[in-house]
Amino acid sequence: MVAAGLAAAPSGVEKFPAPIVEYHLVAPMLLVFGAAIVGVLVEAFVGRSHRYRVQAPLAAAGLVIAFLWTVYLAGGLAWTGIGFLDPDEKAFHAAAMGAIGVDGPTLLIQGTILVLACLSLLLIAERRHSSFAAQAAALPGTEAEQETMASGFTQTEVFPLMMFAVGGMLMFPASNDLLTMFAALEIMSLPLYLLCGLARRRRLLSQEAAVKYFLLGAFSSAFFLYGTALLYGYAGSVRLAVISAQLGRDAGSETLMLAGVALLSVGLLFKIGAVPFHMWKPDVYQGAPTPITALMASCTLVSAFGALMRVYYVGFETLRWDWRPFTWGVAILTMIAGAIIAITQTDLKRLLAYSSIAHAGFLLTGIIAVTRDGLAGALFYLVAYGFTTIGAFAVITMVRDGGGEAAHLSRWAGLGRRSPVVAGVFSFFLLAFAGIPLTSGFTGKFAVFKAAVEGHATPLVVVGVLSSAVAAFFYVRVIVVMFFSEPEADGPTVVAGPMTAAAVTLGVAATVVLGVLPQPMLDLAGHAATQMFVR
Amino acid sequence: MTDFPWLTVLIALPAVGALLVGLLPRENESLAKRAALGISLVEAVLAIVMTTAFKVGGDRFQFTEKYWWIKQFGVHWAVGVDGVALVLVLLSVILVPLVIIASWDEAGRSGGTDAAPPKRSAKIYFALILALEAMMVGVFAATDVFLFYVFFEAMLIPVYFIIGSYGGPQRSYAAVKFLLYSLFGGLLMLVAVVWLYPLSQEKLGHGTFMFEELNKMHVDGMTAKWLFLGFFVAFAIKAPMVPVHTWLPDAAAQSPAGALVLVVGVLDKVGTYGMLRFCLELFPGAAKWATPVVLAFAVVSIVYGAVLAIGQVDLKRLVAYTSVSHFGFIVLGIFAMTSQGQSGATLYMVNHGFSTGALFLLVGFMISRRNSARIDAFGGVQKVAPVLAGTFLVAGLSGLSLPGLSTFVSELMVLIGTFSRHRLPAVLAASGIVLAAIYILWTYQRTMGGPAREEVKGMPDLSLREKVAVAPIIAIIVAMGLFPQPVLKAINPSVKEGLARVEVHDPAPKITGNVAENGARP
Repeated sequence: MVAAGLAAAPSGVEKFPAPIVEYHLVAPMLLVFGAAIVGVLVEAFVGRSHRYRVQAPLAAAGLVIAFLWTVYLAGGLAWTGIGFLDPDEKAFHAAAMGAIGVDGPTLLIQGTILVLACLSLLLIAERRHSSFAAQAAALPGTEAEQETMASGFTQTEVFPLMMFAVGGMLMFPASNDLLTMFAALEIMSLPLYLLCGLARRRRLLSQEAAVKYFLLGAFSSAFFLYGTALLYGYAGSVRLAVISAQLGRDAGSETLMLAGVALLSVGLLFKIGAVPFHMWKPDVYQGAPTPITALMASCTLVSAFGALMRVYYVGFETLRWDWRPFTWGVAILTMIAGAIIAITQTDLKRLLAYSSIAHAGFLLTGIIAVTRDGLAGALFYLVAYGFTTIGAFAVITMVRDGGGEAAHLSRWAGLGRRSPVVAGVFSFFLLAFAGIPLTSGFTGKFAVFKAAVEGHATPLVVVGVLSSAVAAFFYVRVIVVMFFSEPEADGPTVVAGPMTAAAVTLGVAATVVLGVLPQPMLDLAGHAATQMFVR
Repeated sequence: MTDFPWLTVLIALPAVGALLVGLLPRENESLAKRAALGISLVEAVLAIVMTTAFKVGGDRFQFTEKYWWIKQFGVHWAVGVDGVALVLVLLSVILVPLVIIASWDEAGRSGGTDAAPPKRSAKIYFALILALEAMMVGVFAATDVFLFYVFFEAMLIPVYFIIGSYGGPQRSYAAVKFLLYSLFGGLLMLVAVVWLYPLSQEKLGHGTFMFEELNKMHVDGMTAKWLFLGFFVAFAIKAPMVPVHTWLPDAAAQSPAGALVLVVGVLDKVGTYGMLRFCLELFPGAAKWATPVVLAFAVVSIVYGAVLAIGQVDLKRLVAYTSVSHFGFIVLGIFAMTSQGQSGATLYMVNHGFSTGALFLLVGFMISRRNSARIDAFGGVQKVAPVLAGTFLVAGLSGLSLPGLSTFVSELMVLIGTFSRHRLPAVLAASGIVLAAIYILWTYQRTMGGPAREEVKGMPDLSLREKVAVAPIIAIIVAMGLFPQPVLKAINPSVKEGLARVEVHDPAPKITGNVAENGARP
């Protein structure tokens, strides 16, 4: 396509050709970015007291319309696939001069991100108990902060920031060349670094988290970029398809190629929080405002896994005998370390962070299979895990005492006595994380383990179930604290804002439906995976 | 009536009932209790009606239903019962209403020896019992291995909450231990279950979890051994066999007596049922390979459980250890691989459910009177509470296999069945009978016999409610001791068919040769 574009330019004249962009294919991303930019304008021109009322619906509308457009695109793909539409039109699309791949798995991932972002938006927009600092510039504990809090400012730049991050997340797994992917990575990460530092309570912890995330994130971005550069040196292009073709020819410097793949993998594994690149996760998850943690734990993970799968399946598929042993090691380490370190945690947000690390390990076992089943299983797992995670973090925002969220495990003692419904819902999420049958967690685990066994990775599955058993211990421990111990006299109370309650309800519904009647979602994931990633 | 979806209804009724009872207003406890009892009675009646429609000698699996559940994984909602599953379903649905009656007043209190037991919501207790009932029926009725696994694992959750919320002082420790042991086993089994799918794809051409189809696979070699172990360890933990039995005494000591009846009486049977159904029939070669080791562990369980039972000072722990011993007998009978041994083992599962159930109920009544489970808290009870002592004796005697009571028949069948193939294990196992006499009679002597102790003097005898809960079980114990034939008739064809799949035939009696020799001597 690039060649075609260049050929179309007048010969002899150095002229940069205008890129051809299939706007209807990249519309979901453009819509989200558009909403974000409008959000910035709203921030500048709308009076402070009206901003919230404009920003929240704007963000919601952007996400919903983008989702509907994604559904429309997916429907179109399905129709061309079975011959409803013009048979000449390909089911696989590489839009924007091949920089963006619009295909089954990507659309499913994008749709998932948009839905999960809507759920996170519910938490972010909750006003009954805002999680965000009134003014980020005010130092914690200063008069300036007290003043801003007293005057009742509400943070509204959160919304455009979040929309930028979501836009980046949509682009990350769709990028078909490494530079686009890098740009998406940065668009996704920079707003998140900021959002992490905006917690209303425990501001120092929150700012520490933001700085840590920023430094480590920047470091990993550098790795990613370095890997990209080396791969460019190897293949002469940053396009995944070209790199793949070059690998097929078995030409070029192997050193450059291997070093490039390794560095690129580090950058990607950092984003999903695989061991040994997981250090940021507990600190950031704990320090960030909980709605942002929910956004990161669900949408960012989905997006990063999408990108990882695209790079491994499209770019390095022919190289799988080289990267599979390495990924085996990472998956085993991630599952075991995540599960074991989680046992010692006493803060619920840290605990869920380590749990998320362990789940990243389970997901990796699905990816290693490099089959359609593996891809479908991982996609299903991501959807299931995303909903459950947002639900769990939403419950954490609801349990509060004088100092804000009571995230320390000991403060939850006897919650089952005081608020049986909330504690019951949280237990249900925990059981889903633990992979108990009739929850979505079990279906997801079964799907990836089945793919792994079929891909002859049975030892990995054994490690997976053993670490599930370890993981079950700390999930169960939380249930013990909530239900089997006596409540404290000054224990936390449950403050259920309407939006948070809605997010929790949707999380529960998804966890039940995907556990009891997973067939439609499995079909969807399977159907998306039959198309694989477009080159 | 044969097209009526019996088993689905039997699973759905208590499940829906559990939801309803859980949603009833918290204040109106008696309504919740009555609703739970009503639902469990309807369930029992339905199951009995279904049993009358069961054709002995007909198809192996009857009342079968099969619908797609998760097509992507090749999973069906497939239920059906053979003789073995049928009697275990009956055991479950008969015990549940009795348990509900027995825990009518106790449910709200946390059991055991708590000084000031905090009030707990009774309706949740009954909702959990009903949820457990749905899963118990489901686990025995499932003819799809995946479905079986789902029930097998999901069953843990209600039990976990029952022990953890309504148990004694150490309840959370016991509940977590129970859950982790079971989950660990269950997850090992999950690997085996997952593995079955690609294996069936390879051997049958399409991935499936249907038991009847998997049966035709003929897995052998290392794969079969690994798969066998995956299933077997899960079932051994569940059963529980030495050395993975340690969760049971703790769970038993802390669990409320009513729920304990279901945990030991029914839940643990899933382990032995699974061995008989899945371990043996799906992996016959591997089962034969493992037989010597399994028999050794079974004999150790019999003797070790019995010896430890003798040494207990806590009544619930004592009964729990006697169960470890009895489960040893059941496993012995299953792995003897004779039709007599296996029929005996299946009958044993039922009998043990009733006699141990009765013992646990009675122990629960005793504890609620003295607020202590220690043996030395009692003494001379038969003077003040003769009905309590009498029923305890009957249940206990059944436990030590007194002829005329139910367990005798099954224990004898197991021993004879084992002896005809494996002499030494049978002889060693027979010592368990002697030890059983010690732990039962000595316990009776210490708690019921002798002069009535001062603290025991004001102890009331069984109330009408308690009598209603125990009387049916005692009646069943006696009836099954005298006429085990109807149950055996239902069990035998299934056992025979199972053994045929394992390709084992009963050893030809060798006695005749000896008799002839002896006869030739002057």
